[in-house]
Formats: sequence, structure tokens, C-alpha cells
Amino acid sequence: MQGPSDFEVSRRKLLLGTAASVAFGATPFAHAQTPAVPAQADVADTVSMSKVSFNVNGSLREIALDTRTTLLDALREHLHLTGSKKGCDHGQCGACTVIVGGRRINSCLTLAVMHQGDSITTIEGLGTPENMHPMQAAFVKHDGFQCGYCTPGQICSAVAVLDEIKAGIPSHVSADLNAPLQLTNAELRERMSGNICRCGAYSNIAEAISEVAGRPA
Amino acid sequence: MKSFSYERARTPAEAAASALRRPDAKFIAGGTNLLDLMKLEIETPAHLVDVNGLALDKIEATPEGGLRIGALVRNTDLAADSRIRRDYGVLSRALLAGASGQLRNKATTAGNLLQRTRCPYFYDTNQPCNKRRPGSGCSAIGGFSRQHAVIGASEACIATHPSDMAVAMRALDVTVEAVRPDGTTRNIPIADFHRLPGDTPHIETTLQPGELITAVTLPKPVGGTHVYRKVRDRASYAFALVSVAAIVQRDGSGRVALGGVAHKPWRVEAADAELPRGARAVATKLLANARPTRDNAFKLALAERTIGAALTEAKG
Repeated sequence: MQGPSDFEVSRRKLLLGTAASVAFGATPFAHAQTPAVPAQADVADTVSMSKVSFNVNGSLREIALDTRTTLLDALREHLHLTGSKKGCDHGQCGACTVIVGGRRINSCLTLAVMHQGDSITTIEGLGTPENMHPMQAAFVKHDGFQCGYCTPGQICSAVAVLDEIKAGIPSHVSADLNAPLQLTNAELRERMSGNICRCGAYSNIAEAISEVAGRPA
Repeated sequence: MKSFSYERARTPAEAAASALRRPDAKFIAGGTNLLDLMKLEIETPAHLVDVNGLALDKIEATPEGGLRIGALVRNTDLAADSRIRRDYGVLSRALLAGASGQLRNKATTAGNLLQRTRCPYFYDTNQPCNKRRPGSGCSAIGGFSRQHAVIGASEACIATHPSDMAVAMRALDVTVEAVRPDGTTRNIPIADFHRLPGDTPHIETTLQPGELITAVTLPKPVGGTHVYRKVRDRASYAFALVSVAAIVQRDGSGRVALGGVAHKPWRVEAADAELPRGARAVATKLLANARPTRDNAFKLALAERTIGAALTEAKG
């Protein structure tokens, strides 16, 4: 895996600074009024810690965490695997999608302490810039992104979608629950509906997944 | 999110006893709804009892010819089970119509039944809500109420139940099995499991303090053609405006339940008898005492048409 360059570190700090200034500005949204971090007194009085160990991308990791820490925050803030993204933080956008025990989940809607002994694959574990996973390569080839923020979640989701189809798990658009699945464009789109792309790169994402699945989009 | 202590329960009775000891405790299974609400501090448990290790994740045949679905069976696994697909298609279809692939991989059978409403005023902690803060008032009444209940609501609450799965389970007449803190179990018919809001909309089910759902039991298959029809604002990954779970027999008889219209999955047995007479007759009986708001009166016509579409689909 590539180490973070100075540019990437400073870009992150810049983004964090920008996010903070937005949070303190006047905003009409109720959600923004929920403090992103608990008040100081709260932390001093009642913080509850717990230890958890799980396997991330093939390495055993053991961390002591505030029980409130989501799997996403554990991956990003504690293990510095910042490929998985925090979009909505409420399970609506799919940017945080990782694969746990072979299944895709929203890492923002699960507590890290609930994953004792689990095997977790993040975008960093699928491939590297030098040795990309076929799905990563297909996203690059088909321009399956613009800004790239949702892309790690899209790719983790897409890899798991093809496994779900192989396992015969039906979807809302499967015509017959008891017949073999047809790998249609409609199937891929329905199965990927938990991953939002605000840039709207959907048609290219569908083409990338179709290529890996071995069918024309 | 408020701080909380955390334990992993080892047996269902131990989990129930633990929850009874601490009134500020909550069970956590999939967590896809609870954690969302905890982040917004709508739910503020001081203690979480993690029930994921309880081995309630099997789907087993019952001596009566039905299936006993463990409380922790994930929505994906329930929808994909070959017996469910073959004999209880309406349940499989309802599950697949809900949420996203990621959420279905995590969400459990019991957790789905216990989902809380997506009323925007319940979610907005700056607004009064009798469900979130009993006695504070209902912001949806007189507010923007397009998504809300048209029947069975009260002066205190017009929220809907968001589950698709529960609508199919109501049509299938499942039984909810729960364990009490003293280790004894009881069975609750699905019709009696969810409550109407009345003047206590914060009490949503008939579960008692500490009681933990351990399974949902399906009666033996009833045959017929199974249809789940869901109308929503997007083609995928959205809650229902109106949904219809229908099981229709060759002779035209059957059962029908509605989602998106009430505080619980809505079924009126007398309306089932109207099935041979068509959608209008069924809808008239089902929604006889409807009291929609100006914003959601469209749901009455939509329900009738969606029942009609479901019946057409059932005829093939």
C-alpha cells in the first residue's frame, strides 16, 4: 500500500478545517445541530471504553475504543484506512461500504465493538494502485466516477453484488424468485441502489460492473 | 451520541434479564435503525446489550409444517431462503422491496419488526413529537403530512410503521415468539404485536420491559399466488407511500394487508372476504374509517389502485 503523501495529509487537514467552519456557521438544518463530538463534560464523566480485535485486509488489529465508535470511524480515525468514506453517516449514501465476512455493509451504521473476530475488507484490501482488483481497473477504464468520493464504497459494493448474484440471492427486480438469475442492467442498478453518486456516473459504473461480470452493459 | 456501556449477551434469558435490570438499556442486533437514532440522540440508551451472539440465526421447519425464523436471521438470508421463496413469496418480495443490499445484509428479522417510524418530525429533535417526547405534541398534525397515516391514527400521532416485511408477515399471520426476563416464553400473534398510537404513541408494541424477540413463526404454507406491490417516490431504496401484500387463491379468495397507511401493518379480515369482488370493494372495507389529512388523501385512491394492480398481477 502506498503511504500518504504530504499533499494528501495537508488536503485532509484542509478539508477538516473547512468542515469545522461550516459546522459552526448558522445552519437551518436540525441534523447539523447535533454536536459532531460530545461536549467535554460528557466525555470526562461517562466515556465507556472497550477492546476489540478483528482482521482488516489480512492483518489482525486490536484496538481500545470508546464504545460509541462506529466501524467506519475505527477504520478511518484509528487504523488510518481513509479509503472508506463518510458521506451521510446514516446509511443512506453507501460511501462507507465495506465487506465484512464476505458481505457488504454500511460501516457507519455498525459499532466497531460488535465486530470482535470478524474479517473486514476495505477498498485498501481489494487492490493497490500497482495491482488493482479487476473491479478497480474496470472503474478506471470506464470512467466510473467523477469526484471519486463515493468510489471506494461503489467498488466494495460492486464486488459484493457479483458474489450475491453468484450465490443466487434474488433482488426486487428479479422476475421469478424461483428461476436462475438473469444478470441484466436492471439487476445491477437495483442492487447498487444503496450507493449514491452525486456526480451521476451511474451509467459508467454499470458498464464497469458489467464488464467484470462478463456481460455487455 | 450519548455514551453507553456495552455487553455481549450469552443467552436470550440473560439478555432479557440484563435489559430488565437497566431500564435505560437497549438490545442491539443489526443496529441499522438504532445507531441512526442514537447518532441523532433520539434514542439515548446508557447500556447496550449486544444479542448478535445468541445463535438465533436459523430457519427451521416446525412440526405444524411451517417455519420458525430465528430473530437474528438477516433480511438478505430470509429473502433468499429457498423455502421462503417457494412457499412464502410475498415475504421474500416484501424484504427485497425494502432498504438497500447493505442494510438487508445487516438488518435482522426482529429488528425489522421493531423499526421506528420515519416521520420527519420524529427525526427532527427541534420539533415537538409525542413519540419522541411524550406530551410535547404532534408536529405532523397540521404540518407536512404527505407520508403519514390515513387510518388508525390519533390526536397524538399520525406516524406510519415503515416496515415492508411486517406487512407481508401480517398477511401470513405469523406469530412472534419472545422470552421474558425470567426465562419463560410467550407467543404473540402479529395482529396483536404492533399497537395503534392512541394517547401513548411512544409505546409501539405489546412487548413488556426486558422481553426479547427470539423468533417469528410462519404457519404452514397457504398456497395461492403471492404479490407484494410497493409504491414509492423512487424506483428503489425508499419507504412506501402505499404497499400491498396479497395472497390470492385460484377461486379469487385470499388475504390482503397494507403498508404505509397506518401505525401498524393494516389488515381487516372482513376486507379479505371482498377479494372476489375486486379492488374497490376491498379498499372500501379496508379503509372504511380512514381520516386522511389534506396532504395524504391521495393515499386512499392510491391504495385502491395498488390493490387493483396486485390483483391483476396475481391473475397473471
